[in-house]
Amino acid sequence: MLGLLALIAAILFVAAEESVRTFGFGFLGGTVWDPVSQVFGAAPFIYGMLVTSALALVLGVPISIGIAIFLSELAPGWLRTPLTYVVELLAAVPSVVYGLWGIFVLAPVMRVYIEPSVQAILGFLPLFRGNPIGSDVFTAGVILAVMIIPTISSVSREALLAVPDTQREAALSLGATRWETTRLAVLRYARAGIFGAVVLGLGRAVGETMAVTMTIGNRNAIFTSLFDPGQTISSLIANNWLEAGSLELSALIELGLVLMLVSLLINAFARFMVGRVLHVGEGAE
Amino acid sequence: MTILAAKIRVEKLSAWYGSKLAIEDINLELEEHAVSGIIGPSGCGKSTLIRCLNRMHETIPKARVEGKVHLDQDDIYELPAVSVRRRIGMVFQKPNPFPTMSIYDNVAAGLRLNGERDRDRLDAAVLASLKQAALWDEVKDSLDKSGASLSGGQQQRLCIARALAVKPEVVLMDEPCSALDPIATAKIEDLIFDLKKDYTVVIVTHNMQQAARVAETTAFMYLGHVIEVGVTRELFERPKETLTESYITGRFG
Amino acid sequence: MTFRFDRDTRRRWFDVAMSVAALACVGIAILPLGSILFEASVRGAQAITPSFLTLPAGSGGIANSIQGTLVLIGLTGLVALPVGILTGIYLAEFGRNRIGGAVRFFVDVMTQIPSIVVGIFAYSFILELGIAGIVSRRLVFSTITAVIALSTIMIPFVARTSEEALRLVTTSTREAALALGIPRYKVILRVVLPSCASALVTGGLLGIARVAGETAPLIMTAFASPDFFTGLDQPIDALPLRVFRFAISPSLADNRAAWGASLILVVMMLGISIASRAVIRLRSVKR
Repeated sequence: MLGLLALIAAILFVAAEESVRTFGFGFLGGTVWDPVSQVFGAAPFIYGMLVTSALALVLGVPISIGIAIFLSELAPGWLRTPLTYVVELLAAVPSVVYGLWGIFVLAPVMRVYIEPSVQAILGFLPLFRGNPIGSDVFTAGVILAVMIIPTISSVSREALLAVPDTQREAALSLGATRWETTRLAVLRYARAGIFGAVVLGLGRAVGETMAVTMTIGNRNAIFTSLFDPGQTISSLIANNWLEAGSLELSALIELGLVLMLVSLLINAFARFMVGRVLHVGEGAE
Repeated sequence: MTILAAKIRVEKLSAWYGSKLAIEDINLELEEHAVSGIIGPSGCGKSTLIRCLNRMHETIPKARVEGKVHLDQDDIYELPAVSVRRRIGMVFQKPNPFPTMSIYDNVAAGLRLNGERDRDRLDAAVLASLKQAALWDEVKDSLDKSGASLSGGQQQRLCIARALAVKPEVVLMDEPCSALDPIATAKIEDLIFDLKKDYTVVIVTHNMQQAARVAETTAFMYLGHVIEVGVTRELFERPKETLTESYITGRFG
Repeated sequence: MTFRFDRDTRRRWFDVAMSVAALACVGIAILPLGSILFEASVRGAQAITPSFLTLPAGSGGIANSIQGTLVLIGLTGLVALPVGILTGIYLAEFGRNRIGGAVRFFVDVMTQIPSIVVGIFAYSFILELGIAGIVSRRLVFSTITAVIALSTIMIPFVARTSEEALRLVTTSTREAALALGIPRYKVILRVVLPSCASALVTGGLLGIARVAGETAPLIMTAFASPDFFTGLDQPIDALPLRVFRFAISPSLADNRAAWGASLILVVMMLGISIASRAVIRLRSVKR
């Protein structure tokens, strides 16, 4: 098992070697991806990955926490299990089906209704300029948000359930309302776990390929508006793999290495944070 | 017995956990500015009873209450639960300070909930409450340390300070010393004695000697009923019921 | 009657508002799920005809995709289930020490590697083998490479579910058997494994359901094919891959077919999940 991991890293490195040789560290900063002139740079895709993930978190985290709070604090007993199951069902849908739905159902809705409305309110920001085309970064971000909701909400829910009832009682006995109790006693106590859940969600968002590549518009440049098409590392790899020449292939593999490293770091951080949930509140007894 | 008015009057109170009857037809009067004790063997319902007095019992799923509890003129079951709990505070068996908050913030928590923002008033209230809880001298230089960094006895006094800060009329204590060592227990018993100047105190305890030490009036409960109520000294020296006598002399419980 | 909008009333209204907001969050999450299931069912059902299910992709059907998926998950299961379960056994029975901890750590890490990276790995692995002359370079796009990729995804998953399943068996069961003088390996084989067999099978089936839905690693290993299965060293088609190809195709007929393929895929995955739950129920009924 260890061997396998090391093997993976080694193989990838070897295969990427050609690209590494050609571009060196400048690869990470290069902004051009052109098979014709054989120049490849990673910057637009690292940027795309960061922006789509950030958008997914901005949209997905509040909803996930709302779901977690509902399921752990507010829902009546009979509703909890079926509702939890339904939310988990979101995780069972394959990425490519999300992508299919994204192309033919979500993107048109985004282009016709949602993006123009957002633009009407927030259009003064450069982030929301330009012509909404539906297959853009914003849509990809929305789909990613939906896909990471089950992850973040289920880990958060566990963190909330781990808060001892005595904490809730303490808040209630001071005359707190149910929401105030949740805010004061539960969310604060569980914040390390919730943070870990968010980072886990980020890890999932970073590695997501199919739904993104089918909705993001596939344009290999640094975009300025969320309504522009864009590209992430994984969507580029999926898009260009089959027609790539040997140098481009090597560059794609190098990108894959970058993605693997990013994902590993994020997940290690998440594991660390979730582990800390167990250590809150241990005073000098 | 009623030189002072009854602060709390319990009328035909019964409470259930689901279908299980825990206390039945309780009638009790608790004096103002006095310490009332409730004793009895495990499972007699004393914790359930005290939790009905600030409407904490109903926060347990499938719990049910019938009857009335009068706080002065009002039936607490006809007021919003949130306002009842502000007037009737509680200290729990196991100290439960908020670990993510500092000592200062713990004490101020209740006040902030009620909208108090003024820094000076908060400072004054925190100072006063910590002094009343006999904790001020020990923590005055470390108010921003975590609430969980104190010893068990200190944490419980912190919880007492937190409950006192909102200036309740009644303070309920559910076996507040059962998790503490004798020295910490003694400190808390001392401060209970001082509390009755400003508050009405009701204390549940499984320790008869403790009731004898701190409470003026004591009620003895058994299997969900109040068997006997009386001035503490008389209850212990000349109990009227045989059940009471058996408990006092240690024949059970 | 005067309406007191004092602080307390405000707090109570806010409390209600927050509860509504939390419920709304649940609604917002269920909305896309409902839409996906609805659209997939309706549009998918429209595309499914007998010829759709029997013709290969070259003629607009998905018969070869279904076959391809079955071949792939069959072969992957053959490789990954034993390896995964054995790893799970190792972790549960012998893994309380430092080495076990390290192995568990690596298994966890591997479950979190993006599937596209696994695909690149499988491709590169065969590529380097090809460059070294050990195998033909053509093999990069073949069933074998795809199975390597899918197995790499499935093994850590099955290892984890197996370890959990084995942990369900209490220590006292193991101790009772050992105390009878039965050798360790037999205890595992004859006592521990059978008592959690249904949980093991469930974990395995869930792993299969999961890799059945994977697309990205297949893009770079299986390559897809318009025809039926021709050989282990040849490209192979698969349902998720076919959904992707049909979806991005400029032909509207293909787009409609994509929905049909996705419906079949979802039904298949659902079927496997339901089967895995039925296994548990069967086991408990037998008792």
